[in-house]
Amino acid sequence: MTKSINIAKLEARFQAKVDAEQKIEPKDWMPEAYRKTLIRQISQHAHSEVVGMLPEGNWILRAPSLRRKVALLAKVQDEAGHGLYLYSAAETLGINRDELFEQLLTGKAKYSSIFNYPTQTWADIGTVGWLVDGAAIMNQVMLTRTSYGPYARAMVRICKEESFHQRQGYEILLALSQGTEEQRKMLQDAVNRWWWPSLMMFGPSDAESTHSAQSMAWKIKRKSNDQLRQEFVDATVRQAEYLGVTLPDPDLKWNEERGHYDFGKINWDEFWAVVKGRGPCNKNRLKTRRKAHENGAWVREAAMAHAEKRAARQKEEGIA
Amino acid sequence: MDKKSWPLWEVFIRSKSGLQHKHVGSLHAVDAQMALENARDVYTRRNEGLSIWVIPSSQIVASEPEDEYIFEAAKSKVYRHPTFYDIPDEVGHM
Repeated sequence: MTKSINIAKLEARFQAKVDAEQKIEPKDWMPEAYRKTLIRQISQHAHSEVVGMLPEGNWILRAPSLRRKVALLAKVQDEAGHGLYLYSAAETLGINRDELFEQLLTGKAKYSSIFNYPTQTWADIGTVGWLVDGAAIMNQVMLTRTSYGPYARAMVRICKEESFHQRQGYEILLALSQGTEEQRKMLQDAVNRWWWPSLMMFGPSDAESTHSAQSMAWKIKRKSNDQLRQEFVDATVRQAEYLGVTLPDPDLKWNEERGHYDFGKINWDEFWAVVKGRGPCNKNRLKTRRKAHENGAWVREAAMAHAEKRAARQKEEGIA
Repeated sequence: MDKKSWPLWEVFIRSKSGLQHKHVGSLHAVDAQMALENARDVYTRRNEGLSIWVIPSSQIVASEPEDEYIFEAAKSKVYRHPTFYDIPDEVGHM
């Protein structure tokens, strides 16, 4: 009885702090469900950065010039870095790195479904930068104001770096748009394939989103899925016009009354199929991650053994 | 197989000369040298640092949020602030 009263009191204090826009820090009391939600969300976000390296890594050796290659390499390195900032933030919540990897490799933890689509042409690399990173930025800018301190701080770093990702992507597409007929076709084809999956990145519509209301109350999320999706569409249409590409949605048009673009219905069956593992690359992505992890095991063990041996020797010499 | 995890390190970066080192995050490494190298790669890819400190996370001693009372004593001592003292305007800036 007293215990439940205490928890109610702690919860009220916690919520008051969140409502007053004060950040929650690792050692502060927090409801178990808040901790769990954050671990789930931050680790999912970290895994997305890590798995996100795969579709892009696919093109490093085939980048059409040295300029494009160094940019793509730097971008893929950034994704690794972003994964590491986020794992580090997740670990402040009392879960360790090995558990996090385990959850990814066994399929227990999810990552963004967008990375289960293949990068088939060079135009896909530009489109991923423009649309996929563009959509991610919408979400990440919001998360710089999330209520959990370490997550918000990781997001500030990430947002500073993402802008380069989107710009390098758009620049790739600008070059293609001014290129040959074949290059313009390649560009349009990539946009046709990535547009809808990019809209799906914001998650289910507000009415269907199970975690949204609680996450908003805790100020983990500051804007709803539909709100972010709308902002993304509004920002992107003009960029598409400048490129001279058509966004593959006949219902996409400016709504004077709402002051926003209307857009067509999203195919949620496709979204859920990919989430549940039936996307074009789900199996391949996990297989590649597992293989990398397993192949690296001896390196991790050898490095640790070497460090321990050296530390022991130094101790011995110190004593002698 | 009994695999040991790499220890966790906290990373502090001095971004410019004249500024203090500031905590930026953590990482895993087998020893101090690797922690420094990893910190360079993870936290200073865009010239964010001139100097790096790393310290095993297990070595940090921290106060507890529920021990707020340790800061209580300072709260009542308003006379430690310059605005506590009334000085006529005519005296000028002091």
